[in-house]
Amino acid sequence: MSIASVKLIASAPDPVLGYKKFQFGSFTFERDMYFVHVSWPKGTHTVEVDRFLRAMVRDIGWGFFYGWIFFDDVFGTQNHYGTVDIYAGTYSKGHRDTGVDFLETFNTDDVRVAFETISINWINEGYDPLRAPMETGSPLGPKTRDAAGPLIRGFEPARRMMGLPGDTKPRSDASGHPINRAFADMTFDKPDIEIEPGFEDQVHAFNLFDHIARADVTWNPSFTSITRACICCVTSEEHMLPVIHGNDRNEWFIQLTDEIQWNIQDKNTGNPRGRIVMKAGDVCAMPADIRHQGFSPKRSMLMVLENGTPGLEEKYAKGELEPFPITASRW
Amino acid sequence: MSFKTKVGSLNSYEKGSIDLNDDLRHYAFSNIFEVANAAKPYERVMVASNLEYAAEVVRAEGTSAWYTAPHDEFAIVMDGEIEFTFFQLGDDQKPTHQAGAIKINGEPKGKRMGKVRARRGHEVLLPKGAAYQLSAIKPSVCLIQTSAGPESVERWSKICVLD
Repeated sequence: MSIASVKLIASAPDPVLGYKKFQFGSFTFERDMYFVHVSWPKGTHTVEVDRFLRAMVRDIGWGFFYGWIFFDDVFGTQNHYGTVDIYAGTYSKGHRDTGVDFLETFNTDDVRVAFETISINWINEGYDPLRAPMETGSPLGPKTRDAAGPLIRGFEPARRMMGLPGDTKPRSDASGHPINRAFADMTFDKPDIEIEPGFEDQVHAFNLFDHIARADVTWNPSFTSITRACICCVTSEEHMLPVIHGNDRNEWFIQLTDEIQWNIQDKNTGNPRGRIVMKAGDVCAMPADIRHQGFSPKRSMLMVLENGTPGLEEKYAKGELEPFPITASRW
Repeated sequence: MSFKTKVGSLNSYEKGSIDLNDDLRHYAFSNIFEVANAAKPYERVMVASNLEYAAEVVRAEGTSAWYTAPHDEFAIVMDGEIEFTFFQLGDDQKPTHQAGAIKINGEPKGKRMGKVRARRGHEVLLPKGAAYQLSAIKPSVCLIQTSAGPESVERWSKICVLD
């Protein structure tokens, strides 16, 4: 589907608070001291600014991820892998019933540029929405200075396996990533490796837990190993997933350490289906017909297995694949 | 404030819970250490399956057969210590099947490539087309990122929480 390019229009900085207001397609985005206000032709929705920015920078970094990213119960994006829907109220019964729901489709690159531009203007020095809340700083108040450093980080995917010659490198003291305070009780050693000459790109191992323990970001997957289209993502999770993720395919969670509590909802209605508590060693599928949001009381390590096969989302959407991974005949 | 990180092991793990108004088979909730405790050495028990792809739990104890796969696989040690030994295969031993690990007949005929001794948290490459063998002095556990194949064992009704 061909979509006309849409450019973000920025206002002059607000004379009192210093932030810009933005127009993107039919949506306007405005922030004040405490809140972000998203408006569209039929309505306006207000989100607490920390929640909005923590969701927005992850949505950018994830490349709009697999499926739906709900910033909250009302506003979010859906990835169509080339285009992105921005919606307000589309998956909220109350908004639909009163006819104030709205959805607009944009080219992916246009949304990325728009979200990056908004985030850069609205994130002040000293506030880092990719970190855990106790490390994040405050987004509240008027504009001070733009934050230094990259807006997003930690997303460079391994091409085959992290640490192989020519591939991405695990985090280390040398890369500026000390062990996080929450994993200071663990010991991290290196695997013992003997390589015969000529097999340097074949015989390889590294300490995956050490890499995760050094993450300076939370709820940000780091792609560490790839089997054809099967992607191993590992993440360091603390506090709550700043979005609600709606699946367009099945994915699998493997709890490596500690505990995460997951709220599970119907993807389309948001109605609650219940709760899953995952502890170290637990494995659980996240089916293609749900939304989920995680809560990690202590910083924990999570491994996620994704199937990145192109076009899967359409097969699930059309019902060509059942929305759960283990079909009836396999039980 | 000091933190206490919780990890699991064959001898000590605490399983979580699943409380849903839904068919629990859709979530296939299991625990790696529980699966490994009930497995025979070197059975490759699937705990995750995403169309052709899989994650398999392996209880490493003693020495395994030699395996190979037509794609890269990756083993993450979850408990204990496992030694992985790698050799090239002879031309007549190279995998011809589509996906997943398969046992090879006899010993690999190619050059020695190296070995890795890995403990909890270490991830090991099991390279495409190479022969690999696992050995462990004490019962240990690893999780293998792979594709479903001839050695994959499915016993979902026995490993998953269903009520």
